[in-house]
Amino acid sequence: MWRDAAIGNQDSIRSNDEPKWPGAVLSAIHSRRVKPWVKMQNWSMKCGKHDSVILLRNFVLLLVFAVLLGACGRDGQEQPAGHNRHVRPVELILDENGRPDPSVLAQQQELHRDNGEEPQTLDPHLAEGLPSAHILRDLFEGLTAESPEGRIIPGAAIRWNISRDGKTYTFYLRRDALWSNGDPVTAEDFVYGLQRSADPATASKYAAVLLPIENAAGVLSGDLPASELAVTAMDDFTLQIRMEGPTPYFLALLNHSSTYPVHRASVQTHGSAFSRPGNLVSNGAYILSNWVIRSRIELVKNPNYWDAKNVILDKVVYYPFEDQSTALKRFRAGKLHWTSEVPNNQFKWLQKHYPDELVISPWLGSYFFGFNLEREPFIANPELRLALALVLDRDLLTEKVTQFGELPSYTLVPPGIRDYLSPMPEWAEWTQAEREAEARRLYADAGYSETNPLKFEIRYTAGENNKKMALAASSLWKQILGVQATLLNEENKVFLQNRDQKILTQVFQSGWISDYADAYSFLNLFRSGGDRNYYGYSNSLYDALLDEVAAERIPSRRRLLMYETERLLLADLPFIPLYTYVTKRMVNPRLKGWQSNVMDHHYSKDMYFLKPASGETAPAVEVTEVQIEEAAIAGSGEAIAVPAQGEAEGLNQQDAETLEPAGDAQVPGPEAEQEQDPEQKQEQEQAQDKDQGVDEDQGQDQDKGQEQGEVLPPAENETGVTAETGPADGVTDEETASKDSGQ
Amino acid sequence: MIRDSGMARHVLRRLLSLIPTLLMLITVAFFLMRVAPGGPFDSEKLLPAEIEANLNAKYHMDEPLLQQYFRYLSQIAVLDFGPSIQYKDWTVNELMAQAMPVSLTIGMAAMGLAFFLGTSLGITAALRQNTRADYLLMGVGMLGISIPNFVIAPILILLLAVYAGWLPAGGWDWSIASMVLPVVTLSLPVTAYIARLTRGSMIEVMHSNFIRSARAKGLPESVVIRRHALRPALLPVISFLGPATAGMISGSVIIERIFSIPGLGSYFVQGALNRDYSLVMGVVIFYGVLIIVLNFLIDLIYAWLNPRVRYDEKS
Repeated sequence: MWRDAAIGNQDSIRSNDEPKWPGAVLSAIHSRRVKPWVKMQNWSMKCGKHDSVILLRNFVLLLVFAVLLGACGRDGQEQPAGHNRHVRPVELILDENGRPDPSVLAQQQELHRDNGEEPQTLDPHLAEGLPSAHILRDLFEGLTAESPEGRIIPGAAIRWNISRDGKTYTFYLRRDALWSNGDPVTAEDFVYGLQRSADPATASKYAAVLLPIENAAGVLSGDLPASELAVTAMDDFTLQIRMEGPTPYFLALLNHSSTYPVHRASVQTHGSAFSRPGNLVSNGAYILSNWVIRSRIELVKNPNYWDAKNVILDKVVYYPFEDQSTALKRFRAGKLHWTSEVPNNQFKWLQKHYPDELVISPWLGSYFFGFNLEREPFIANPELRLALALVLDRDLLTEKVTQFGELPSYTLVPPGIRDYLSPMPEWAEWTQAEREAEARRLYADAGYSETNPLKFEIRYTAGENNKKMALAASSLWKQILGVQATLLNEENKVFLQNRDQKILTQVFQSGWISDYADAYSFLNLFRSGGDRNYYGYSNSLYDALLDEVAAERIPSRRRLLMYETERLLLADLPFIPLYTYVTKRMVNPRLKGWQSNVMDHHYSKDMYFLKPASGETAPAVEVTEVQIEEAAIAGSGEAIAVPAQGEAEGLNQQDAETLEPAGDAQVPGPEAEQEQDPEQKQEQEQAQDKDQGVDEDQGQDQDKGQEQGEVLPPAENETGVTAETGPADGVTDEETASKDSGQ
Repeated sequence: MIRDSGMARHVLRRLLSLIPTLLMLITVAFFLMRVAPGGPFDSEKLLPAEIEANLNAKYHMDEPLLQQYFRYLSQIAVLDFGPSIQYKDWTVNELMAQAMPVSLTIGMAAMGLAFFLGTSLGITAALRQNTRADYLLMGVGMLGISIPNFVIAPILILLLAVYAGWLPAGGWDWSIASMVLPVVTLSLPVTAYIARLTRGSMIEVMHSNFIRSARAKGLPESVVIRRHALRPALLPVISFLGPATAGMISGSVIIERIFSIPGLGSYFVQGALNRDYSLVMGVVIFYGVLIIVLNFLIDLIYAWLNPRVRYDEKS
């Protein structure tokens, strides 16, 4: 109506500057419906009230609506109030096979797992990054697999032989292994998978993992056809792989997704869409059932999996939470059972309110600063580099900056690798004052002083702690030596480009988290002209030692060679070791069956939910106190170690028949823990959180594989090694849980 | 009749002008992305040369830049945005087809909420100008504008999801419960802004001559407001709606991140950070079309509301 009226009066509109709104006037004339209650004097008040009443009503409706909606979406199982609404589980009971007794299992076996980010792909041969790896580990099964504590165990291959020269691996596949569509998993599938992975047409970024296999280099570069890869199916269930050289870590590589088999028919039918729900045929414990991009990836139990009867979780849902605090909030709301990380800076708070949920354990990764040795002032100046390294107080940095119990590091290779111990540089044993004195001397010797300070730039990129570490380091350098280090925060790709070009960069943040548990993976970073040598480090002796390591097949000699190699590197110091990474996450206390391990590999097939303890509503803080009292009662002598053993017994019976007593580990003095001053309670909580993973690493070197006649590198008692990875003491989750429920 | 043909011609002209604008946008975006340092395959792990060559060949990135540009143009001419480099299992078309409904739903819902709440509050405040209610509303509105989303969102999540447990703490499953918090958070600052705009123009309109004459004719005040004051008062709001709607639909990266919503906004940022050229280009083109079309629609609505604006041969 307005429109018509306006059109009728076009001319008058244009001719007038003053808005007259003739349409309004016209319609007003047409509709003379004067209401008696309207009085000109108080019009605004009336109308105002009328409007605001409507508004108020709308507001109330909206609120009611929101409340109703919320109530609908509410999970009946959750406890309504309090900080910590997680329900304690019942006590775990295991049957004679080490499997949980059905009576303690929860009705609903559905895991909701935060996966950090959207996986880039579910094609195992294109996969990169942790999110893909986590899901693929559930979907596929390589020739080898890992036990919950990270030991290599038979996967699709039930056993294997390694030839005397260490160069030929023969795998005997399970005859009962099936693809999710019912086809048998054959050696041919592995041949096809490995060839596809290496084929340049696949354009895999991770194909370099296959380089130890004979002819892989030629295939990767396109000089040889993929069929030349030295992988042969001897018969349907026997696979032979020939290597370029002895590669003791090869068995660990075989659970990397680059080596997974794929189902040839479905790849050929669906092409690049083969990894979608409905198309994906997999041989692991789970099947891909749904994939909503950046929302959720749902896996359901694969009934055709050879060990399906022992897979307890029926369904696993992976969520890509890019924001760690969102994931944490969802975890606190009880909708997530497992987070990929926890937000920085919340350690104290989490430790106080979620002591049973917060899980921190050492990771197989080192964080360090790199030097660009192709640019002054760091060319041929190891003394200066040492001076800078000496000044950084690692205890201070890990305590104040990273805060999550990261382990101070003085070497390249992190602790936790079986069969290897890093050489400790002499200065690692010094006090910080001694280090600083030596640093000042070296700094002066290098020709720098207060009037002529060393100046350089330190580059880092977005990411947790990078800025804080650079800031802390530069202020320590300035404070103690007078060094003027400029901080440069670069966008990730710019940072990578500058680092790789080695022209601008002087000092930069660096680090390495290994794909397989072998020291060689770290040492190889510094090979002259190597793919990952961003440091411009070039030492022919070092390269020669690396070559020797690669060719050595006797474990003890190999270990010695690697030790020498790392010692050489630590003398040259093309980097500043800072700390060993830890994994930090929240886990629902009812979720069991998994264990912390340095690789941070966790298979959903090992996990299960326990029933909630009946009537259990204890809020977190109370629980903490109870648990400390219990610990105090039990805290005599070696009692600290005993629960660790109990834990191992509880969880690992299926794997470890014989247990190493954990008591001989280098346990930080238990006596100190016995005093139960209020101040120490917190420390103890912290220790309990941290050690969850560590103590579980102990005493699990009994290789099931050996019993089955496989040839494996001799397993040795690593209790000492693993104990060094962190404070190894404490009452574990299992223990406290059972005690709590008995409250 | 004359007017209608003028209108049609105007519409046609505006639609045609889409093409050069988009072409310009595509060209600038395409070359800017390539100029940015680093490439999609740079990662923490330096790639062996032969593998990088394989990858470049797979995505035609080994060709000269101009050839890539024309290849891209010929692709998008048939609406094929190519494969995503980052999300390897999907094409950009598929990714955007999944994200677009999410972004549209949230954006339109938030815009609707902001529009109705904002105008109602603005009008209420204007009609009670300089009263306590006015100051209160505008004060709260100012807070709404000044407090950033990334502060409000976590607070809302904490209160309504973590403590009360009424709503999900992030995540998206097309349930209304999962939409409430993001929509409310996204709409808050716009609501406040619209309220202020409405209040200002409403006060101005209420003092203008035609309102005086409408009142002089003895019209009830509610009719004066609804019939005569409302439409002119909403004009500045309408012109603000175009960019605001585009902004909301294109997705707030912060909202998407905090609530873990699979919308378009994150693709834009993630794509740019990862140098996923095809994904960024797809989103840029979508944004371009969205903004142009929305502005155009707003112009039409504006003309419909405001008799002073006309499209005819003279304009």
